[in-house]
Formats: sequence, C-alpha cells, structure tokens
Amino acid sequence: MTARNVVLHVADVHKSFGGLHALADVDLQVEEGTTHAIIGPNGAGKSTLLNVCIGRLAPDIGAVVFDGQVITGKQPHEINQMGVVRVFQTPEIFSDLDLLQNVMVPAFAKRDGAFRLNAMRSVATRTDIRDEALHSLEEVGLLGQKGAIAGSLSRGDKRRLELAMGLVQKPRLLLLDEPTAGMSRHDTNSTIDLLKKFKGRGMTKVIIEHDMHVVFSLADRVTVLAQGRIIAEGSPDEVRGNARVQEAYLGGAHP
Amino acid sequence: MWNNPARNDWFLLAGFSLVVLCLPLILEPIGAAYPALMQKFCIFGIFAIGFNILFGLTGYLSFGHAAFLGVGSYAAVWSFKLLTMNAIPAIVFAIVCAAAFALVIGYVSLKRSGIYFSILTLAFAQMSYNLAYSVLTPLTNGETGLQLSLQDPRIIDALFVAPQAGLPRVNLFGTYTSGGGYAGFYLCAAALIVCFFIALRIFRSPFGLMLRAIKSNQNRMRYTGFNTRPYLLAAFVISGMYAGLAGGLMAVTDPLVGAERMQWTASGEVVLMTILGGAGTLVGPVLGAAVIKYFENIFSSFSVTTLQGVFGFLPDAIERPLVSFLSLFVGDGWNLTLGVVFMLIVIFLPGGLMEGLRRIWSLFDRRPGGGDKVPAAQTQPAE
Amino acid sequence: MDAILLQVLNGLDKGGAYALIALGLTLVFGTLGVVNFAHGALFMLGAFCAVTFDKLLKLESVVVDPEKTTAWGSKLEIRTPYVEAWLGDFGRFLHDYSVPASILLAIPVMLVIGIVMERGLIRHFYKRPHADQILVTFGLAIVIQEVIKHFFGANPIPQPAPPAFAGTAYVGALFGMGQTLAYPWWRIIYMFFSLAVIGAVFAFLQFTTYGMVVRAGMHDRQTVGFLGIDIQRRFTVVFGLAAVVAGVAGVMYTPILPPDYHMGMDFLVLSFVVVVVGGMGSLGGAVAAGFLLGILQSFASMNEVKSIVPGIDHIIIYLVAVVVLLTLPRGLFGRKGVMEE
Repeated sequence: MTARNVVLHVADVHKSFGGLHALADVDLQVEEGTTHAIIGPNGAGKSTLLNVCIGRLAPDIGAVVFDGQVITGKQPHEINQMGVVRVFQTPEIFSDLDLLQNVMVPAFAKRDGAFRLNAMRSVATRTDIRDEALHSLEEVGLLGQKGAIAGSLSRGDKRRLELAMGLVQKPRLLLLDEPTAGMSRHDTNSTIDLLKKFKGRGMTKVIIEHDMHVVFSLADRVTVLAQGRIIAEGSPDEVRGNARVQEAYLGGAHP
Repeated sequence: MWNNPARNDWFLLAGFSLVVLCLPLILEPIGAAYPALMQKFCIFGIFAIGFNILFGLTGYLSFGHAAFLGVGSYAAVWSFKLLTMNAIPAIVFAIVCAAAFALVIGYVSLKRSGIYFSILTLAFAQMSYNLAYSVLTPLTNGETGLQLSLQDPRIIDALFVAPQAGLPRVNLFGTYTSGGGYAGFYLCAAALIVCFFIALRIFRSPFGLMLRAIKSNQNRMRYTGFNTRPYLLAAFVISGMYAGLAGGLMAVTDPLVGAERMQWTASGEVVLMTILGGAGTLVGPVLGAAVIKYFENIFSSFSVTTLQGVFGFLPDAIERPLVSFLSLFVGDGWNLTLGVVFMLIVIFLPGGLMEGLRRIWSLFDRRPGGGDKVPAAQTQPAE
Repeated sequence: MDAILLQVLNGLDKGGAYALIALGLTLVFGTLGVVNFAHGALFMLGAFCAVTFDKLLKLESVVVDPEKTTAWGSKLEIRTPYVEAWLGDFGRFLHDYSVPASILLAIPVMLVIGIVMERGLIRHFYKRPHADQILVTFGLAIVIQEVIKHFFGANPIPQPAPPAFAGTAYVGALFGMGQTLAYPWWRIIYMFFSLAVIGAVFAFLQFTTYGMVVRAGMHDRQTVGFLGIDIQRRFTVVFGLAAVVAGVAGVMYTPILPPDYHMGMDFLVLSFVVVVVGGMGSLGGAVAAGFLLGILQSFASMNEVKSIVPGIDHIIIYLVAVVVLLTLPRGLFGRKGVMEE
C-alpha cells in the first residue's frame, strides 16, 4: 500500500492518555518533496502526532514508517540520524553557546553521527562544518550575529536560529511545530518566504500550524485533525471548501 | 574567537608551562618554594582539571571523585609492592585502574542526571570508602593505610638489582621522587603540563563542544541526533583517569595511602577548588587548587602566638578581641576560612577567580569596542 | 526471633533520626525547591544545644571552706551548681533531665537560626540552579561545623540520659519471651519521640490552614504564588520548622550518640539517601524510607548476615539507594513532576 514516493506513513496510530483519545486511528501519508500541513483546533492531537513521529511518545497501537523503515520504538537520536528533524515551537537552543556553535553542533551530528571521541582535533580546523553552519545562519539572516550568545537573542531570532539548526542537518523530513506562532505579521511573512525558498530541495516538510495564512501560502496538502481523528484531507482548496472542516475549525476560529 | 585560535592556544600552553616550571622562582618571595608544597599544587591541579572536564563542561556534579583518587593511589602502591619501585609503571597502573573503576561507576551513575547523579556518585564513593576500611583490608590495609614493607616481592626489581638494607625509595630510573625532592616536583609538573595540554585539546575539540552543548540543553542534543550517554561516559572516564593519575602521583611522592583519601570530604575539596578557580575555564581549576593548597599551608601554620606577634603594636583592648576573632580562622580553623571564602565565591562570583580576574581586566581594558561584547558566560574558556 | 525483634528495635531509633532529618530536608525541597546540604548541620546544632544547656546547668558557685581541708591538704572547695542553689529540688531535677529539658532551649534557638538562614542566604538561591544551591549550603555546612569545632573541640561530648531512663528495658517480657530481649530505655523513648514529632508535623500540615498552603505549595508552587498568598513568609516558616525538627532530633539523639562537630555531615549524607529513596518531595516517603533504611542497616550488621555477605553493613544504605534510583526513577513514593530530569 505504501506508494513509491510516500516518505512518511503514520499507520493507524492510536494514542490515549488515561481516558482521553489524543489520536484515534490516524492514518497519514506524506509524499516526498511536498509540504504537508496538519491543522486543527487546540487539543486536536497535532502535537501528540508530532511527538509520535519523532519518538518522544510511543503510540499505543500502530506504527510510524519513514522511508520504508518502522521508526516507532527507535531512540530520538536514531530517528534524527535517519533524516527526520524537528523544529521546536518553543525554541530549544543551546543558550550558553554562541550562534555559530549552536548551528555547528547539529552540523556535527549530521556528519559524525555515531559517537566519536574526536577529542584531539580542534573545532577550528573543521572548516567544512563551519562553512555549512555559516551558510545556514546566512539563510535565516542571522549571520551578522554569529558570535552572540544564543540566550540573549530575541524570541523571533531564537526561532530563526531553531530553523537554522534544523536546516543545517539537511533533513529529508522537516517537522515544523507552529513555526510562526506568536510572531508579528511581518516576521510571519519573512518566515513564509524563508520556507518557500527550500521548496524543491528534496526536502519534505510537515507543518503544524494554526495560522491559515501560513498554511495556504505553503502547503501542498492539508490534513485536518479534530479530537484525535482525521476529518478531512486534500489540497488547500478542497479543505477550504469542506463543510465539516468549516464547522469544526475554520468556522469557529475565523468567523 | 576564530582569529587564529591555534596560535593563541599555543601561547597559552607555553605560558602555562613556563609558569609551572618556574614555580620555584615565582613562589620564592611568598615562601612557598619548597617541592613538597609545589608538587601538591601540581597534583591537586591535575585532579581539579580532570574534575572540571566533567563538571565544567557537562555540568554533571560528581560528589565521588575522591574514590578514583584513592583507587589510583592504592594501585600505585601495589605496583611498588609487587613489581618495581619505578614510578612509570605505578602511574600507568593507577590510571588504568581508575579508568576501569570510573567506567563501571560512570556507566551506572550516568543513567540519571541532576541531583540524582550527584547522590549516586556520592553513594558509590562512600561504599568504596567504607569497604576500603572494612572488608577490603587485605587490599587496603584498613586504618593503618597501605605502605611498603621489606617483605614485598617487587618481582621486576628483584631481577635487576640486589636488595639493599632498608625500604627502597620510589624512583624514576634512578632519581628518587619520593621524600620531597625536586625530582618529585618536576615529575608532577611535567604531568600537569601534559594534562593541561590534553584538557586544552578537549576544550577546543568537537567532543568538548558536544559536552558543552549537553550542559546547555541535553534534551535538545537527543533530538539533534546525538546519543549523549557515550559522550558523558567518555568525559566521566577521562576525568576519572585524571583523578587516578593524581592519586598515583600522590603515591609516587609519598608511598603511603589511607582510605580517608576516598572520603566524600575529599571529593568536596576538589569541587571547592574547581568552583573557586572557575568551573568551565581552563586555568581556573589549577589556580583554585594552588590557592587552596597555598592558603591551607599558610593558615594552618598560623597560631594565636603568630597573630599576637602581628598585632602586638595595637593596644590591648583592640588586640585581644581581634586576635581571638582571627584565631577562629587560622590554625585548625583553616577549614572555616575555606568555607567562608567558598560561600562568598558562590554567592557573589559564580564564575570563580577567573571571572574575577576577567572583570578586573575589563575595568582597565577600555579600548573602544574592545573585545568584551560577549556576555560573561561561564562556559567561555577564559585565558 | 529475639534477635530479629532486637534488630527491628535497633533500626527504629536510628530510622527515627533519619526520618526526622529527611522530613525537614524533603519539606524544604518540596516547598522552597532548595537542596539544602546544610541540613545535617542543623541536626548537629540541635545536639549542641543540648551540650550548651548542660554546660549552663553545670555552672557552679565555688565556696572555699577555710576550716576544713581535703586529704591532700588543700582547702576544701564546696561546689554548688547555680541552678541547685537557686531552684533547689527543681534545679536538681532539671540537672537530671538536662537532655529533654534542653528541647525548650533548642526550639527557639533553632527557629531563629532557621529564619536567619532562610532570610539571609537561602532566599537568594531560589532561582539559582540546584548545583549552586548544593554548593553554597555545602559551604555553609562547613562554616557551621568549623565554628562548633572551635568552641566545643573536636572530641565527642557524651550526654547522659536522664537517670530514670538510663537502664535497659526488658522488652521481651512484654511479649512473654522472658528476659532475653534487653533494650536501652532511651532508645525506646527516642523512637516514640520521633513518631510524636512526625505526627505533629503531619498534623500541622494536614489540619492547619498554614499547612494547607504549604502542601499546596509543594504541589504547585507557581499557582499558590498567583493566588496572592504571601509565599515568602510561609517559606521562611517552613524552613524554620524544618530547622526545629532537625534540631530537636539532634537534641534527643545526644544520649545515643555523643555529639561531635562532624555528626551533621555523617547524617546528612545518609539523610539525602533517605530522601531520594523515599522520593524527592514526598513527606511520607521520607518517613517510611527513614525507618526502612534504619531497620535494613541494623539487619545488615547482624553477624549472621555479615558472615554471608562480608562488609554489607557498611554499604547497605548506599546499595539500596543505588538500586532504588536505578529501578524506580522517582524513589519509592515520589510524585510525578518533582525533580524530573
């Protein structure tokens, strides 16, 4: 059933916390190279779904298949090594390190993934890693501040740094958790432009998003979750016209 | 920080080596230029550098590092007893034993983090200490302490030299290192320089960067594709090896070892040294070790009579209360001074002495735009 | 059977001390979020309250009687403690009961020490990392113990139990086992004393509004803060309470273990293990683990056990701690969310 170009397959995943069904029979296929948005009202199970995908939570039933391999039950770092990278909603950066170091660490992870006691070679001699990191910083527009301590950045800049840390790993699948939540309209637009730049680099993106503007600007396909179930799936236009979706989500949130 | 970093590091290493090797000259004016004290600086400097590789870089606070020090010492003395009085096999043996021990304890303790890690290391160290005092007496000679005796086999020595009367002394191919001579000091100094060099490389390496990233946000490391356990275990074992080397050198300079070397107060001491000097800095721990050992030496030799001599010029009404107050802090009261200073450091100067020096430096260094844009992060190696 | 019962009894009084120290430790941790390495020093300070009180009672007036001489030819000195001179029989009674009576001194003293400590030092470390809290209280513990060493010397100072309780109780007789099971009275007293103090602390937390706020604070510090309750003052009281509990535990322990300046550190390490085994921030866990580890320790020191596993008596507590920490991440009774990594 897995088509050739399906890169991520969430197969009949069920997850409940106590009596609450956070995810019920969620079956989701993400095609390679597309940008797939997952939307839904608060508590619909979006974050749970993301956590299941990166190995933070284990599903009760079902499995997550990435690139033909079951990743359920694997350690988070193993999933990352396979090319699944998550960009966090609340910035999870290395606040004590400077920006360049923040991006170099994931760059090293990509290159020297398995543990290697490379204790005798200086970081400074690894110009390859450094150039990748600088390039990534440049793409998100933080190159000018590469020497600043990450903890001192503004919230918006921290999120751009997050993005740079994700991009430097050249992920095959990038999971973005509400990349524009809490941003001003201007920052939101620049983030959209930024994400658009990466279209067609062989990178598949899954975006969890509240903001319809973002979803319809970026997504090729949209899945709508409500109360842990998929209630609609299709192209942005199809979803927009879906009555159930309007009732469950759009109607309420965007009158 | 990327402007020719390698050259700066070589300067740092050269400067450090120069200072260490010239200690006898530098310490002459303050009356600390005798080998027994200076080799203590070096030994505890090594211990603190090693502790700092774990605590300063990863933030894992071990309260059991003295156990590795003790294991190193015991291993070295056993090497003297069984094999040879030469210092080199003893040191190697000490490092290997401490590494094996650290591997086991680290593997278990690193299953937890934060305060639980501290408690686990503390528990292991206390177990080692208690066992060394009780059932392991055949290995440790209990309360008396492990020492050399005339009946020791010393297999290798027996092959080459005819036994002489009296206890043999620890030597380095003929030069005696025990008993407080300069040979002992220079052996320790050389070891300290090597250790400093290795620590420098670790700080600058990708490995060091990963450790710092773990300290900053371990959770993120997992989602960045790192299995953090091997990194932490490697840091733990390396720092255990440093402690083992320090313990071995203690035995090389004085081949008598008691279990109290493993007690948790001894672990506390290396924590104090590292924090006092500046955790996460390269030079700080060595500085902290030297300062603590120096003032321990000075303060504990002070007595009430010395104080009375110093303040004799004051009128009695002032002298007496002053002397009786100050006598709290000297002699046996040295630990009180240490406790007070340590508290002041943690409260007011969490970056330790290195942070203090850096602040003083920046007061004088008012060049326009002069290099201090980077906020004072503890993890920034300070030179 | 006797031997087993005796070991249980042996464990209970030691366990009582562990439980009392651990109770304060975990209370402070649960409400204030502070890891207090100086808590053992508070136990030790309590013990030295008893020593001080005893010394005060022993202050004597010396009257030289010129008429009589001693066998050595010197003038006979008649020494009368002031308390006896002033208070007569009651003074003598007080002298005999100096250990329990010094609780009256210890409570206000420990309360003041606790409040000063919290206001002066601990308060400024609420928001600092746990490592900093450990370090600064570790420094404080060194300072306290060195000051005590300066004034009281390094040697243990034995404190007698009141003469009425000095002997041994034939506990076995109560169970109809004859006179085979003898056990010091004072240890039995200590056991009941610690149970009473634990009961009092729990009653305070359970039945007073003050205690209710404290419990709420242990559950969710932030929310309680949002409710507009003056959390700062309550923190101070909690810390004072913990100091008093540790202090009276120390006072009553003096006839069992002659106090010296480093007893605090010895007990601290063990109490931390107790807290962690019980579960960080769990009051019931601290008490249960205290008694449990006390009993385990006394069983491990039985000759029968030692002959099977040599040295087990020295390491049993730490061994239990390691096993519990590795198998039950939150300790025996720890709640979710407290001190998770």
